[in-house]
Amino acid sequence: MSEPVLAVSGLRAYYRTSAFGVEREVRAVDDIDLTIEANEIYGLAGESSSGKTTLIKTIANAIQPPLQVFAGSVVFNFHGQRVDIHAAAPRELSAIRWKHLSYIMQGSMNVLNPVRRVRHSFVDFAFRHIGQPMPAFLATVRSHLQRLHLAPDVLEAFPHQLSGGMRQRVTIALATVCRPEFIIADEPTTALDVVVQKGVLAMIHEIQRELGSSILFVTHDMSVHANLADRLGIMYAGRLVEEGRTADVFRAPRHPYTAHLIASLPRLGDSAPKQGLEGAPPNLAQPPPGCRFHPRCPRATEICRRETPPMAWLADGHRAACFHPAAEPAT
Amino acid sequence: MSAPLLEVSDVVRTYAGGVFSRRKTIAVDGVSLRLEAGRPEIFTIVGESGSGKTTLARMILGMVPTSAGTIRFQGTDLATIRGRRARLAFMKQVQPIFQNPFEAFNPMKRVDRYLFVTARRMAGLSADAEIAEATDRALKSVGLSLAEISGRFPHELSGGQLQRVAIARALISKPALLVADEPVSMIDASLRASIVNLLRDLRDRLGVAIIYITHDLATAYYISDRILIMRQGSAVESGDARSVLDNPQHPYSQLLKRSVLSPDVPAVAGARLRPEPEVS
Repeated sequence: MSEPVLAVSGLRAYYRTSAFGVEREVRAVDDIDLTIEANEIYGLAGESSSGKTTLIKTIANAIQPPLQVFAGSVVFNFHGQRVDIHAAAPRELSAIRWKHLSYIMQGSMNVLNPVRRVRHSFVDFAFRHIGQPMPAFLATVRSHLQRLHLAPDVLEAFPHQLSGGMRQRVTIALATVCRPEFIIADEPTTALDVVVQKGVLAMIHEIQRELGSSILFVTHDMSVHANLADRLGIMYAGRLVEEGRTADVFRAPRHPYTAHLIASLPRLGDSAPKQGLEGAPPNLAQPPPGCRFHPRCPRATEICRRETPPMAWLADGHRAACFHPAAEPAT
Repeated sequence: MSAPLLEVSDVVRTYAGGVFSRRKTIAVDGVSLRLEAGRPEIFTIVGESGSGKTTLARMILGMVPTSAGTIRFQGTDLATIRGRRARLAFMKQVQPIFQNPFEAFNPMKRVDRYLFVTARRMAGLSADAEIAEATDRALKSVGLSLAEISGRFPHELSGGQLQRVAIARALISKPALLVADEPVSMIDASLRASIVNLLRDLRDRLGVAIIYITHDLATAYYISDRILIMRQGSAVESGDARSVLDNPQHPYSQLLKRSVLSPDVPAVAGARLRPEPEVS
């Protein structure tokens, strides 16, 4: 088996602040292990304040105080070139960024320079990585846009002249023009309307299959994961609580939180009553002891209140952090 | 026969394009709808961004005047409401619930203060005991209690709890109609189902009619009695929610329905991800 493109092990990243003598520590990412293989879309799901944004910040080494990494490592493997992203020198990092590791962000307006034509954004981000003279570079960009079914005219437009869906397509083109091995996509379709969203997801899927890149796709929308992700990780209160192939997780969720999340999804054509989950996600400055889900969990027992459940393999490629995981259903 | 609870007839709302611009934006273009009195229902307005659904809601709340057409609430034309007293009487009956509860509350103020002020202004109560009782009753109907939220600031509550408080605030004056603009789109997935269930429960238990505005067809199917699909300011299709969504007639409604991603995993990853052709 080939080496994974991304290996995260034992990662702990906390926000630590000290104001007026009051120490506060928010454990936003706590003891996370995960690997992402070449040519796969890894979906990361979780609600707000579950730590998924902190996790991708740590993976991308976009760490600013008060966020600090306390333990663990994030190692990329770009075709045999191993990079420990927290140990890499700034020069090495800037050579990697965008060429091997790129991003698709939620707010496309914040990526594209609002006062310059789209062409300048491509030059700013990608020109130095592609290493071609300007006319050849622009020809590369044009053919890349055409491959993504975008008219090359968008290069001469200002961002505000494009619709939201079009801008998001342009940022996807921008993120893939250097053919990176790894792409981090942070809620890229959350702000879009449903009709446009489907088209943008189709585009991400198509370009991923063509380039063979790996994508870490973060969104709270389970329907998007169901349709796009090859594997799925579920975060709750700063921890990864379940991980497996998307079809397995949806068919047979093992962790009670995942099971509830999937059972409560509204579906068109289904008006059977759905049960809401009681309680609220915990405050990460004072997480509950033991399993962080136990105050809301219908299956909680004494051990859940005392000890933290470790991530355990329950089936081939399927693991969950729970003392009382659901049994595998008979097929 | 009594007057309908709400009657919206051919309302139009245009916005001027700017000081020197002659171009006008037509946000809502001739929409009609009618809610009967004595038959509380959840009426859903579905549309994408820019379809005019929020502008329509603002006109129903009396926050934005209509450019043409009339809105009658219990037989009274909203355009004829003048003066503080008449305005207050209308606001008691029609209450809003907003999208983002974190923006709806002042972060520097305790949330119970909002409820007390509403009880004093909207319900016209003056004695402290009465105010506390009305507040507690409203909070109990959303599954909270005054003891739980007393003295808490907005940041101390979760999004779901805060949205419940926002709904309780709207209920204090015992309204006949709630206008909820995307009430669950900012709420976490695990709490969303309970807020949606709450709306359904309020309709059944308190007999409040609810105008539910959303872009999410799946929750619309789950709770609505009737539905209106809007596109670029006009209503394209309306009727009984289940039959419209099970069997949409207009090409745009069909496109919307096809675009909803099903949470069932397809056999081949990405199999359902085909871009839809535009409907003109």
